[in-house]
Amino acid sequence: MADPILVARDLVRSYPGRRQGERLRAVNGVDLSLAPGEAVGIVGESGSGKSTLARLLLALERPDRGSVIFEDHPISHLSEARLRPLRRGFQAVFQDPSTSLDPCLRVETIIAEPLAAHRIGDRSQRRLRVADLLAQVGLPAGAGQRRPNAFSGGERQRIAIARALAPKPRLLILDEPVSSLDVSVQAQILDLINNLRSHHQLSLILISHDIEVVREVCERVAVMHHGSFVETGQTAEVLERPQHPYTRMLLDAAPRIRYPDV
Amino acid sequence: MRAPRRLLWGLAGIVVLVLACLVGPLILSPVGDGDPVHAALLPPGTRVTVLDLSDGRTLVSPEVDLDHGEYLVHGRRRTTTVSAHDVVSKHDARLWLGSDRFGRDVLPRLLRGGRISLAIAALGAAVALLVGLGVGLAAATGGRVVDAVLMRTVDALLAFPLLLLLILVSALFRPGPTLLVAVLGLTSWMGLARLVRGQVLSLRTRSFIQAARVAGTRELRIWSLHYLPNLKAPLAQDTTLRMGNLVLAEATLSFLGLGIPASLPSWGAMIADGQRVMLDGWWLSLFPGLAITTLVISLALIGDGLQQTGDASA
Repeated sequence: MADPILVARDLVRSYPGRRQGERLRAVNGVDLSLAPGEAVGIVGESGSGKSTLARLLLALERPDRGSVIFEDHPISHLSEARLRPLRRGFQAVFQDPSTSLDPCLRVETIIAEPLAAHRIGDRSQRRLRVADLLAQVGLPAGAGQRRPNAFSGGERQRIAIARALAPKPRLLILDEPVSSLDVSVQAQILDLINNLRSHHQLSLILISHDIEVVREVCERVAVMHHGSFVETGQTAEVLERPQHPYTRMLLDAAPRIRYPDV
Repeated sequence: MRAPRRLLWGLAGIVVLVLACLVGPLILSPVGDGDPVHAALLPPGTRVTVLDLSDGRTLVSPEVDLDHGEYLVHGRRRTTTVSAHDVVSKHDARLWLGSDRFGRDVLPRLLRGGRISLAIAALGAAVALLVGLGVGLAAATGGRVVDAVLMRTVDALLAFPLLLLLILVSALFRPGPTLLVAVLGLTSWMGLARLVRGQVLSLRTRSFIQAARVAGTRELRIWSLHYLPNLKAPLAQDTTLRMGNLVLAEATLSFLGLGIPASLPSWGAMIADGQRVMLDGWWLSLFPGLAITTLVISLALIGDGLQQTGDASA
C-alpha cells in the first residue's frame, strides 16, 4: 500500500468547561490514516467532536497532544508561515454555505481566493480557471459575476466546492457538506462529490451525522463518540454488522432512506 | 438592487442642503452688510432699497424718499437724511428670509451657517469613526485584558451624560470650531466602538473566515478582503445616524453659547440669537430650525435606507 496522505496520531484537544478548572475533551485520542485516493467517513451525533477533529486535521487549531501529518509534513506543529504553502494540498468544504461564502464578494473572487493566496497564475489565467471550475460544479459561466446571495443553498455549496478544488488539492475535508441542504439537493451534491473525486483522484474525509451520506461516498467509516473512535472498518461491514452498541444505536436512529441513483 | 425610496429622499435632501450651502454664498451676495438703524427685523420677502455712500457705509431701508436732492432713509425709529451727492449707487433688493436685529440679510447667513454646521458634523463624525474603529478593532483583537479595559471604559463614558460632558469641556477651553469638532468626535465614538467590536466578533464565527485561512490567505489580507468590506455597511448606516445627532449637539452647544463664537454664523447660534426676539422676529429661529430638521431627517432617512438595503442583501 502507498504511503498514507494523511495521518493523525493520538489527537487530543480540550476546551475549558463551564465550571472553573474543568476541561472538556472534545477530541480524545483519535488515530486515523488515509491512503491516497481513499474516502473515509466520520459519523457521530452533534457534540461528538467531529467538527473539532475537522479543524485539527485542517490545522486551524493546534492539538493539545498528538500530531497531524500531511504528506510527511507535521502540519499540526508548523508555524502559519511554513504551513501556508502546504495548504494548497488540502482544502475544505464547510457545513453551511450561507456563512462559508463572504456575502460581500463576487463568486469569481471567492473561487479564486486560494489561487490569489498562493499566487497561482495571473489575473486572466485565474479567470479561465474560475470559468473551468464553475463548469465542473455545474454552474453557468455568468455565475462568477454575482454574489452568493443570488444563489440557492445547493448552488452555494457548489461554489464552495469549486473554491476548494481551485488550487488542485489532493485531499478534501468535507465537514457536514450536505446537512444544511434539502434532501433532493443532498443527492445531487453527493453525486457531484463522487464524480469530482474519481475525476481528480481526490482523497476524502467526509464528516457527517448522517450514516446514509457516508454510505454514498466512503469505503471506510469511523464512528465517533465522546471524542474518540468507537468503531472503524469498511463501510458496508460496519453498517451491516455493527460491533459497538453506539453504532447500533446510530443505525437504528437513522431513517431508512436510500438515495436514488441520479 | 433597487434602492429603497427613503434612501433616495434622504440623499435628495442632503444634496439640496449641501449644494445650497456650498454654492449659495458664491452666487448670492448679502443685501448690505447690516444696517441696524433702518433695516432691523424686517420680515421675509421685504423689498428694500440699498444706498452705497461715498464714505463706504451702506444704508438699507424698506422706505426711501427722494426730496429736493436729499434722500430720506426711514427706519423704524429714526429717519436719516443723506445728500444725493454722497450716494454712489442705489438699487432695490429683496430680503427673502428677512433681516436680523442688526439689519443683516438672513438668507446668506443661513447658508454660510450651514457650511459650518455641516462641516462640524461631518468632521466630528469622521473623528468618531476613526476613534471608534480603532478602539473597536483593538478590543476585538487585543486579547481578553485589552478588551475588558476598553469596553468598561466605553461603558463608563456612555453612562456619563453627554450634554454635561460637552458643557464641561466647552467651559474649560476656549470655544471654537476645532474644539467643537474634537469634543463632538471624542464624545460620540463609544457606540461605534461597540458596534465594530460586536461585528468583528460575529464575523469571526462565520466560516468564511476559516475558509479564508484554509485557502491560505494571509492574516492582513483576511482583514482587508473579508472583515473591512463586511464592516462597511453597518458603519455607513451608523455614521449617518450619528451625524444627525452631531448636528443637533452642535446646535445645542451653539445655542447655549458654548459652541461656535457669535462672530461665525451656525444654525444653532442663529436659533439662539433669534430666540431673544422671538415675538418680533419669528423668522430668525424658524429658518435655521427648519434647516436643522431637514438635515437630521435626511440623515435618518439615509441611515434607515442603508439598513434596509443591508437587510435585503444579508
